[in-house]
Order: sequence, then structure tokens, then C-alpha cells
Amino acid sequence: MPHIALPAEYPGIRSLFMYSPATAKPLNDLVQTLLHDPATSTLTPGERELIATYTSSLNECKYCANTHGAIAKYQLGGDENVVKAVRANPATAAISPKLKALLNIAAKVQVNGKNVTAADIAKAREEGATDKEIHDAVLIAAAFCMFNRYVDGLATWAPDDPAVYDSIGKQRASEGYLTKPFKVAQRQ
Amino acid sequence: MPYIPLKEDLPGITGLLDYRLDTALPIRQLTHILLRGDSTLTEGERELIATVVSAGNECQFCTAAHTAAANAYLPDPSIAEMVKQDIRTAPVSEKMKTLLIIARAVQQNGRLVTPEMVAEARGQSATDRELHDTVLIAALFSLYNRYVDGLATVTPAEPAFYDRLGHILQQKGYLPSEDRYVTL
Repeated sequence: MPHIALPAEYPGIRSLFMYSPATAKPLNDLVQTLLHDPATSTLTPGERELIATYTSSLNECKYCANTHGAIAKYQLGGDENVVKAVRANPATAAISPKLKALLNIAAKVQVNGKNVTAADIAKAREEGATDKEIHDAVLIAAAFCMFNRYVDGLATWAPDDPAVYDSIGKQRASEGYLTKPFKVAQRQ
Repeated sequence: MPYIPLKEDLPGITGLLDYRLDTALPIRQLTHILLRGDSTLTEGERELIATVVSAGNECQFCTAAHTAAANAYLPDPSIAEMVKQDIRTAPVSEKMKTLLIIARAVQQNGRLVTPEMVAEARGQSATDRELHDTVLIAALFSLYNRYVDGLATVTPAEPAFYDRLGHILQQKGYLPSEDRYVTL
């Protein structure tokens, strides 16, 4: 049960967005530009969603990891296997060496920003990552350390049904983050 | 030295918020709502939440900056120092102690906030809104601390720098403003 009274028909962060629309606005604007808008980064939306998914997985945030995993799947043309592989171990996933190096940085950021070393950055550059891409990877990982804590710190409801996440993933991958969420029936 | 090229006269978070403006804007707006918007928690109390989270993450820049901002609002600089050392014995209200304990749990992982911690806060009359804002402030500073340290931004050693920054945060809040850092 959530720690505060939240609308029951919306899961995860959507229940918090309904509870607090004033803070929801900048939070949605942030993910829209950081993850969804194709023009704001040379990392693809799919790559950016994988960084969000992996960070959320490491924080063991069920709602965020499953939601962004599903969004990543749709942003990557429906490839669920690559999402699963990244969540299990980016080093052996079928992704570019550059993205592997950026996910390594994201994993360090997830623990503490100080854990990112000059060698981690040098490796990413070697694989062709630009300053802006390194910046974006760090900010996405940092942002999901916020979103994960917001969602879990108030004990929001995370559905068990994979089909729910798949529907959310499909919606967000095509519409972005600024449109209305659909209601989800909570099992009694 | 920062891992990416940032303006030398803008250390810590200030250079990062200048580096990418389209992400800086919503981050600034969120911070302004949470730390300066209408609330039953005072600005000083909310800056203390930012301070204990930053201290827990050992982010020197953010800890010093928000200690200075808290001091700009609180009657005595010893309050922030004592909160950083031991929440339980610090000279803040019983309600604030329960909220600061929740903030420290969020700093580690949201899943560490227990129903008992929430019940303690409610026992001291904390409202849903205060619990919500405490968790979101703690979550937001979990972002800031990682952003600042993950890109190895510069941490000025001079204490007076943070007094100047704390003054700017009190006078101008967190939204973008012209010549914002001219006195930094």
C-alpha cells in the first residue's frame, strides 16, 4: 500500500503525477527532452531508454524498470531480447561498444557519482562517445536515481501483469511523455 | 578537472545547468517548486532535507551549497551542522527529525522507507503533502549529487564561495535569471 493516499486507478509514477500535477509538469518535461525527443541527443531514444531501464533495474525499481524496458523495446523496433540482455548484463548484450561503455558509466553513477573514473570516461571516448553523449548518459542515470526513489520511496503500486507494462511501453514510445495515461484496474 | 568542457567560472552544478539548457530548465523549475514554492515546511527546513541527502551522498559541492542556503534562512548555522552529524539530537522539531530520517532512507534507496518510519512522521503530525515533498526533495538531490560528482565538476575550496552561492539561492531562488551568477 502506498505511504500516502494516491489515486488507485493509476500505477507507479502516474499515481504521483495525478497526486501532484505541479511537480509532474517539470518531471514529464525532463523525460520528454532527455529520453524521447529524437532531436535533443545523438543517442537514439532506444539507447536512452536502455540507460533508463538498466539504472532502474540496478535500483530494483520494478515499476520503472518494467515500464522503461517496455518503452525501450518499442523504441528498438520490438526487440525484447536486447532489453532482457541489457538488464542481465550489458557486457554480453548485442549492443554497440559505445553503448556498453555508457552503460558502464551509468552503473557507476547509480551507486554514487564519485565512482565514475577517468578510465571509464576514456573507454567511452575510445568507443566514439562524444562529450554530450557522456553528459547525457550521466544525467539519464542520475535522473532515474531520482525517479526510482520517488516511485519506491512512497511505495506506489507496481502491477505484476507484463501486459500492462507492454501497453504503457507502446503508448509512451509512440506518444512521448506528455499525453494522458490510461487507467489500470488493480487486482483485489 | 571536469570530464567534459564546462565554463571555468561556473563550478559544481552551475556549469552543468549552463551546459545543457533544455534539461536544466525543468530541473530548475522542479527545484524551485519544491524548495521555494508554497509549503507547510519552511524554506530552511526544506534546505535541510537537501543538505542531509547531499551529505549522505558525500557530495561536497551540494552539501556546502545547501548548508549555506539553509543558513541563509535559519537563525543559527549550528543547526545545519548538527543535523548533518546526528538527526536525532539536532535542534529541529520532532516532525522534522522523522522527515529527515525518511530523506536519509530515500538517499540510499526508496525501498528503505518503511511503514514504521511513515507512522513515526504521522505521529508527529506530518501530512501526506509533507511526506510527498520530503521524498521528492530527497530523490531530486539524489539526481543532483550524481550529476555533479559523476562528471567530476569543480568543488571550490573557499568557504566564502558557498556563502555567496547560498545568498543567490535565497535571493533569486532556482529559476533561470539574468546575470544570476554575477556575484559568484
